[in-house]
Amino acid sequence: MKPSNRLRHLLAAALTSLSCAAVAADQLTVYTALEPEDLKKYADRFNADHPDIKINWVRDSTGVITARLLAEKNNPKADAVWGLAATSLKLLQQQDMLEAYAPKGLDKLNPRYVDNQQQPQWIGMDAWMAAICFNTVEAQKHQLPIPASWQDLTKPVYRGHVVMPHPASSGTGYLDVSAWLQTFGEEQGWAYMDGLHQNIKSYTHSGSKPCKMAATGEAPIGISFAYRGAKEKSAGAPLELIFPSEGLGWEMEAAAIIKGSQRLAAAKTLLDWAASEKANRLYNEGYAIVAMPGIARPVEHFPAEPEKLLIDNDFDWAAESRERILAEWQKRYEGKAEAQ
Amino acid sequence: MSQMSLSLPTLLVRQERRLLSLLFVILLLLLLLVLPAPLFSLLSRSLADAQGQYVGLANFRAYLDSGALQRALGHSLWVAGLSTLIVISSAFAAAWALTRTRLPGRGWIRAALLLPILAPSLLPAISLIYLFGEQGLLKSWLAGQSIYGPLGIVMGSCFWTFPHALMILLTALSQADARHYEAAEVLRASSWRTFFCVTLPNARYGLVSAAFVVFILVFTDFGVPKVIGGNYDMLATDVYKQVIGQQRFEMGAVVSVLLLLPALLAFLADRWVQQRQAATLTARAVPFTPKPDRLRDLRGALLLTPPLLFILAVIGMAVYASLVRYWPYNLQLSLANYQFERLLGDGWGSYLNSLRLAGLTLLAGTSLVFLNAWLSQRTPQPKPLLGAFQLLALLPLAIPGMTLGLGYIFFFNHPDNPLNGLYGGMTLLVLCTLVHFYSVPHLNLLTAFKQLDSEFEAVGESLRASRAQILCRVTLPLSLPALLDVALYFFVNAMTTVSAVVFLYGPDSNLAAISVLNLDDAGQTAGAAAMAVCIMATCALAKLLHSLLGLYLVRRQGAWRGQA
Repeated sequence: MKPSNRLRHLLAAALTSLSCAAVAADQLTVYTALEPEDLKKYADRFNADHPDIKINWVRDSTGVITARLLAEKNNPKADAVWGLAATSLKLLQQQDMLEAYAPKGLDKLNPRYVDNQQQPQWIGMDAWMAAICFNTVEAQKHQLPIPASWQDLTKPVYRGHVVMPHPASSGTGYLDVSAWLQTFGEEQGWAYMDGLHQNIKSYTHSGSKPCKMAATGEAPIGISFAYRGAKEKSAGAPLELIFPSEGLGWEMEAAAIIKGSQRLAAAKTLLDWAASEKANRLYNEGYAIVAMPGIARPVEHFPAEPEKLLIDNDFDWAAESRERILAEWQKRYEGKAEAQ
Repeated sequence: MSQMSLSLPTLLVRQERRLLSLLFVILLLLLLLVLPAPLFSLLSRSLADAQGQYVGLANFRAYLDSGALQRALGHSLWVAGLSTLIVISSAFAAAWALTRTRLPGRGWIRAALLLPILAPSLLPAISLIYLFGEQGLLKSWLAGQSIYGPLGIVMGSCFWTFPHALMILLTALSQADARHYEAAEVLRASSWRTFFCVTLPNARYGLVSAAFVVFILVFTDFGVPKVIGGNYDMLATDVYKQVIGQQRFEMGAVVSVLLLLPALLAFLADRWVQQRQAATLTARAVPFTPKPDRLRDLRGALLLTPPLLFILAVIGMAVYASLVRYWPYNLQLSLANYQFERLLGDGWGSYLNSLRLAGLTLLAGTSLVFLNAWLSQRTPQPKPLLGAFQLLALLPLAIPGMTLGLGYIFFFNHPDNPLNGLYGGMTLLVLCTLVHFYSVPHLNLLTAFKQLDSEFEAVGESLRASRAQILCRVTLPLSLPALLDVALYFFVNAMTTVSAVVFLYGPDSNLAAISVLNLDDAGQTAGAAAMAVCIMATCALAKLLHSLLGLYLVRRQGAWRGQA
């Protein structure tokens, strides 16, 4: 019987190691669309004050995270959201998926950046805004003039040289589309995108990829957002950041607690911290506009007074119209989209 | 044999038989739970709407009406067909050169040609961007064609499926009977004639098998088209788009079913062809050893050069790109792209998870496959059970990874399933990977067992030794070399797989190959290359360890067999 004992031990060992996915006391599953390279920084800063709460990130582009949260509505896996477009959070709010909570120090935040309910269901963190990443080296090769406005991008000279994010998967892509529809009007907006579509090389999954593609010369022009452009420029890419004259679409990054979370106390701690001054200084390292007034310092490669460039964004309209706009967009342009 | 054991009146033996049958039934039920049950969930989901109401074929009709199917299916068939043609012809040429010439360094060349099997299918796609993308080193070679699209997908698919075809064809060609070649020589057949009348016909079953394998692999792969496909949509990427991008699970199920059908068809056709295969190698066959022939060796070298250069260039470029600081404007070398804590939320966590998955799959997979193969081959079992098991063990060959993964979501994430706690955890990833790659190790062990004389058990019974004793004293030690191959196969595939697990990972069970995908999605192509290189290096290390252990076993068993 000795040999079969040995076999039994082997099997037992295999089974124990299979089941040893132990769960520690305070682990928060946090869904996010923050830039991947920032995740560790954000978790580290939070853990400096709250070492007992471990953040397990689930990260993807805005549209994917939003779709995932909606799909998991009846069986939520996320405890909290930290770094997702306010438009998306409004959608979740309409589905009654957010837990109302007023974090400590709420009164120090600019009320424009906080959900306007009595008990807010989400709080803003910072604003991110559209920008065009323009590769000067490649532009010279293809003899492309520097565009100054959104309308410039429809000129035939840019045919096949422009990359932009897919609005269904990317929050940046959606803020662009919704901004064009708001500034140009519905009809003119779609006409504009029809023209732009002629010049598009491909629609990418994420909002930062167009700028990365511009930075590495895979495409001369990437419609992306300012944060990513500034980062790539600092890393040595031959980029020019262009802020088109018609005004910039923008979107708020926000945080919230998901209703039904089993770890409500820890999630509240996270939200308290996300509203703190420390957190706002952290946001300011990458974003020029943050929710707490008076603490933002200028960010390298950003325009001096970024607020003045932003359009007057109607978030409620953007959230309500999202499904309709995306359906129309996909009907018109899906052919050039890369696999999402 | 079963009659013999019945004639033995020992109570112990009869009890053991009952116990062994019971064990086999339990293991069969387990297999039913992890393979047909999820597939059934998938099928039923494809016939339901988003709320779970039965809607018949409405989803299929909707997909058909959108026109997406015709386009994606056409693309998938075209790319898979073209890749199969290229891979089979070049792999056959390479296999011929490796078995029919006396070129020096054949062992090294063979090893280099098999290297792609150690890398995830995402690696060639990433590398091709650096070779032929807008800023690619060799962009001018494409004469204005874009690498993003069918061209890139075919090139990338050829890279990673080449070793699969090569291994089958090497086996087919190495079973040559020298007497046929002697006869050809006596009849003064030209070397071309010998090739067409002896070499090719003898390898025809291998060729058919390899062609089916490559076709299924390319048809169902989504790693390559995801990274380099641009806007060229294929069925496999469509599943991903529906499920991950839009969370439309029922439509994902529809496309998965459509992905399953051709793969199943190819699988059945291959089985049918293989059953007609008669033994080409008779007991009187004389092993073939090529005679010296300079011209023929030169021809072989010419045939080997293109695939060898292509494979080395793709791997070399991936390694180089992962070391470059900022492609293409700062070509300084650095390890910055390997600092995953700067690029990913969990840093090296996903890599460690992959190691864990690979290690656990190796342990659980090797034990389970061995136990099942042993029970079915070396113990008396009822016939119907054996038939059911044979079908279950080979079925995974025909199931695309994405189809399996999606079936797992539907089955294991169902609120009524008592096992739904497994969803998103490591256990489910191990189970899914194990099932996905079950068939090849199973066939491997079957072959190994068939080489063991069945007299072992008969003699054992007359000596009143239990089956378990024979297993541990004879069968297990003798099948160790085959087990070693099985272990490596599970390890490497668990490290490199994306397609099945991409739907199943959770926040703390992210995997290295999935990180490659996510890094590429975010535009961190260099970081993606770095992670892919890490996976490949790990698999290469495992392969090295495997070779060393194999060498040790041969030495020890050589001594043991010599004594006997």
